[in-house]
Amino acid sequence: MTANTMTRHIREGSKSIYRNGWMSIASISSIVISLFILGVFILLSFNLNVMTSELDSKVQIRVYLQLEVTQDEVALLRTDIGNMAEVSKVEYVTKQQGMDLLEESLGEDGKDILSGYTDETNPLPDSFTVEVKDPQTVGMVAKKIQALNETNAAQPIWKVKYGQGSVEKLFQMTKMIRNFGLILVAGLAITAMFLISNTIKITIMARQREIGIMKLVGATNSFIRWPFFVEGFLIGLIGAVVTIAILFLGYDQLLSYAATNLSFIQLIPFEEVWLMVGSVLLALGILIGVWGSTISIRKFLKV
Amino acid sequence: MIEMQDVWKTYQDGSHAIRGISVRIEKDDFVYLVGPSGAGKSTFMKMIYREEVPTKGQIFVNGFNIGKLKRRKIPFVRRNIGVIFQDFRLLPKLNVSENVAFAMEAIEAPKKIIKRRVPEVLELVGLKHKLTSMPSQLSGGEQQRVAIARAIVNNPTVIVADEPTGNLDPETSWEIMRLLEEINYRGTTILMATHNKDIVNTIRRRVIAIESGQIVRDVIRGDYGYDG
Ligand SMILES: Nc1ncnc2c1ncn2[C@@H]1O[C@H](COP(=O)(O)OP(=O)(O)OP(=O)(O)O)[C@@H](O)[C@H]1O
Ligand SMILES: [Mg+2]
Repeated sequence: MTANTMTRHIREGSKSIYRNGWMSIASISSIVISLFILGVFILLSFNLNVMTSELDSKVQIRVYLQLEVTQDEVALLRTDIGNMAEVSKVEYVTKQQGMDLLEESLGEDGKDILSGYTDETNPLPDSFTVEVKDPQTVGMVAKKIQALNETNAAQPIWKVKYGQGSVEKLFQMTKMIRNFGLILVAGLAITAMFLISNTIKITIMARQREIGIMKLVGATNSFIRWPFFVEGFLIGLIGAVVTIAILFLGYDQLLSYAATNLSFIQLIPFEEVWLMVGSVLLALGILIGVWGSTISIRKFLKV
Repeated sequence: MIEMQDVWKTYQDGSHAIRGISVRIEKDDFVYLVGPSGAGKSTFMKMIYREEVPTKGQIFVNGFNIGKLKRRKIPFVRRNIGVIFQDFRLLPKLNVSENVAFAMEAIEAPKKIIKRRVPEVLELVGLKHKLTSMPSQLSGGEQQRVAIARAIVNNPTVIVADEPTGNLDPETSWEIMRLLEEINYRGTTILMATHNKDIVNTIRRRVIAIESGQIVRDVIRGDYGYDG
């Protein structure tokens, strides 16, 4: 095909999009909707993945002590725990420090909630934060620490806590969101495809006369089909570009909002996602468009 | 050169449009196809430009067996056949030049050649002064001239015209006939279905009469042979 012919096909394809007016807008919108939802799900599961693995690496055990424990007992307990082979780090957290940590993790909102407590009324107990070398051993180590109570008459440990199942739950949630997203996106993509094939059908119908003359004078099948391919392709492309613009602007907004207001959430920076998300959406948009036009060309363009 | 060998055509609904036609049309022939309505004239022509395929028998156009042609080859055979209709079939949104150029663009002719050839052909059909007029601004005769220009622009070896004067007044019909004669004179085969007695009886050419899908008469310098 010569450059001239290609130019003609592109011109004809674009003209159709313009002429089909609302039908084209509906097709483009349907692509935007499905791609946008897909984009949101991709970003969501990326971020959840990162959060989950971060959580995974931070798995720690909190050992809360009875209120009336003596310093000696604290020191003794600390050595006992520190001597366990699986433990990598033991840290003593006084109740004041515990309050500070809580305040920090709650952010701005926390200030109000916690403002009612003074040092005297602080309800938090002293505690240890224990980190293990291997996240897998968390459960076992927690039990071992709890068992220390039985060999100690003072029973200094009030409670042993660790992220029981929270990591697994988060993983499960990510998976569920991903599956749900995939089904939703697949359904929407198919809808978009049919809308596009309908738009192309309208173009084909509106151009019956032209097509008839083209056939009569000996235009090849591919020459007749090309403008309709181009139309589908362009609808997909426009849809993808619009989606990418909206999604990226939105994510950018979210990032700057999260940076100031949700400091405890670490979102993936834009530079690390745009290429992958952008190319997936672009490829899928074009695929949906071309697929939709192919359906109509097969069905209605008897050449 | 067109050759039919025992050609039959039965449409899907069972109507037998052509029933055993064998005929040979030479390169410089000018042929009138006459016969009553429903005799099979249009079907005869449609099989030549492969709008329809014969149910039985063989059709050769310039040596190609039209019925056995691979789908991909059909366009290339059609490029050797120009088709003209009673209702002109111009594209209403394109002007005169664009309508003619459209036929060249469709077969991917180079731009430079299109630019040179279109005015040349429009001059030949006498529309040099109407290059940018829209079809709606033209008389019936002028529209048919545009259609003829479009049919000949790619230099076909055969022109198939289905009642080209059917929608035109007598005066205009004669002008169109003069044009077709000129094209035939330049070496293009003309096959023309018509109900116009005056024309057939005045411009004496080969007449093939079809009735009920069969050739009933084939005369070198024939006459119309029917009343009206
Ligand atoms: N597409 C079709 N499907 C079914 N039958 C058809 C079709 N086209 C034509 N016929 C039938 O085939 C026969 C021949 O039709 P055709 O159009 O070839 O006649 P014609 O000689 O051109 O008539 P006219 O002078 O009125 O144009 C007729 O009986 C017609 O009803
Ligand atoms: Mg007819």
